Amino acid sequence: MRIEAQGIAVTMGGEAILQEVSLTCRPGEVLGLIGPNGAGKTTLLRSLAGLVAPDRGTVAYDGMSLGQIGRPRLARRLAYLAQEADAYWPIRGDRLVMLGRLPHRRPLAGESAADRAAVAAALAATETTALAGRRFDTLSGGERTRLLLARALAVEAEMLLADEPVAALDPYHQLHTMELLQAAALRGAGVVVVLHDLTLAARYCDRLVLLHEGRVLADGPAAAVLNDENLARAYHIEARHLSVDGLPVTLPWSRIGADYS
Amino acid sequence: MSRGFEPPLPLVIGGLSGLVLLLMAASAAVGYAPFDVGAAASDLLAGRETLPALILADLRLPRALLGAMTGFTLGLAGAALQGLLRNPLAEPGVIGISGAAALGAVTVFYSGLAGAFTLALPLGGITGAFLATLLLYALVGRGAGTTTLILAGVAISAFSGALTALALNLSPNPYAVVEITFWLLGSLTDRSTEHVLLALPLMAAGWLLLLSGARALDGLSLGDDTAASLGFDLKRLRLMLIGGTALSVGAAVAVTGAIGFIGLVVPHVLRPLVGHRPGRLLFVSGLGGAALLLAADLGVRLIGIRPELKLGVVTALIGAPFLFSLIYRLRREGA
Repeated sequence: MRIEAQGIAVTMGGEAILQEVSLTCRPGEVLGLIGPNGAGKTTLLRSLAGLVAPDRGTVAYDGMSLGQIGRPRLARRLAYLAQEADAYWPIRGDRLVMLGRLPHRRPLAGESAADRAAVAAALAATETTALAGRRFDTLSGGERTRLLLARALAVEAEMLLADEPVAALDPYHQLHTMELLQAAALRGAGVVVVLHDLTLAARYCDRLVLLHEGRVLADGPAAAVLNDENLARAYHIEARHLSVDGLPVTLPWSRIGADYS
Repeated sequence: MSRGFEPPLPLVIGGLSGLVLLLMAASAAVGYAPFDVGAAASDLLAGRETLPALILADLRLPRALLGAMTGFTLGLAGAALQGLLRNPLAEPGVIGISGAAALGAVTVFYSGLAGAFTLALPLGGITGAFLATLLLYALVGRGAGTTTLILAGVAISAFSGALTALALNLSPNPYAVVEITFWLLGSLTDRSTEHVLLALPLMAAGWLLLLSGARALDGLSLGDDTAASLGFDLKRLRLMLIGGTALSVGAAVAVTGAIGFIGLVVPHVLRPLVGHRPGRLLFVSGLGGAALLLAADLGVRLIGIRPELKLGVVTALIGAPFLFSLIYRLRREGA
């Protein structure tokens, strides 16, 4: 599925959060949304998921508006993983992942074989099968994050939108999560992921979109987006550019204007 | 591994249904006068208009039916609102419907219309619930979320409470004050088939609305955004659940007065039995509410204190300490 955002603007409480943002998310591509705190990354992701109605501009799913495609149909084709997501009740792990199958299930119908297979596959992919029988409230923050990622994967959607999925994870699971997103894109799904880690963003994303004060500052391959000028303007930092195994690595190094003496 | 015993769902539903039927039969059999239920039932079924048959049809059965219906309503609405508001302290009263329904009924008392015709009182209660629903709908229509809904409920309850107190305050007749106060305490005594027939269609419509929210409530356990991304229209869900609560709880309060704590306590007790899944809890909690209310109503007749204790008093007397012990235990578990 292609998501096309055309000139969208979002205002919340009198503050302009997004202005004139245009962006295309394509199948088979990992798109990294980066930018400093308050740049509008989460609002943009929520707009793309149809959770915020833009004040101006349009979001189209394969050319259809949210009203045309309808929320139930969109839910089968687009999975959304919220930031700092949590479960309000101490539900068992496998049942939490099964919630990802709700868009595919008819009212009053039981779990189908496809539902159970999708849940088992999502648990296996995220290495959370051992957490399937645990109550959600007994899990650590990182374990909860991985189970919630499994929930999003269980939708088996053509488009996966994830808001900072690696923020609470240790390095092993950060790498694993990024590999899972990359694998989803290799299978043909479109992935949009909000990231703060520029190294992970440069390494795993096919394309980066840098947001700054609610506008798109740069859109393109990592090497073009993470240049010194953009980093200085958006993040107020200087970075070191290294090469590891032939791949470029961007390492945030110093704050511009900071006195380190 | 998960703590707590979790029996299969058919067993939970079957067991609770059996308990409700048993308690309804007991409710029909127990009263202040010696009474042969078997003989009365056979007279009633055979169409013989004997005194026992009339007592069963006009007094005992309506009381048992209303007990089950009201309890089911309170348990179901409590579970639905706890799921919608994701707040374990939510109960049918929290969005102001109960208070408004009580005010409607009190207005009928106060204006003297209560004596005009049998159903004046319940109709007044339903009108009150309807007015509160209009207010809540206006708010949700403007995009109100969970917290706004709770705050609006507090405001509606406070205002209804103040007007109810005003009616008591200005009442010229001390007997009317006693009557209103006693009615507010909640009771199933002396309810007739007419009450059942008035309340049942409204309650049934409300139950359907509440039960149809089951899947969306499951989705809501992951938060508003995730639920919406799973295809659920949250505004529609809020309107459905407020409407369902207004119809069922409004009718219940209008017919029986305010009976507290059932909608708060029953979902808590039964939640572990369904693995804490809000969708599955709905029907189970309704059955649990019916069983608890019938048991409490049996209790007030069996302990034989005269004048008969009011149901609302008994449910609060048992419910409040029980709730405290529940909170105390939850606190230790770190929930």
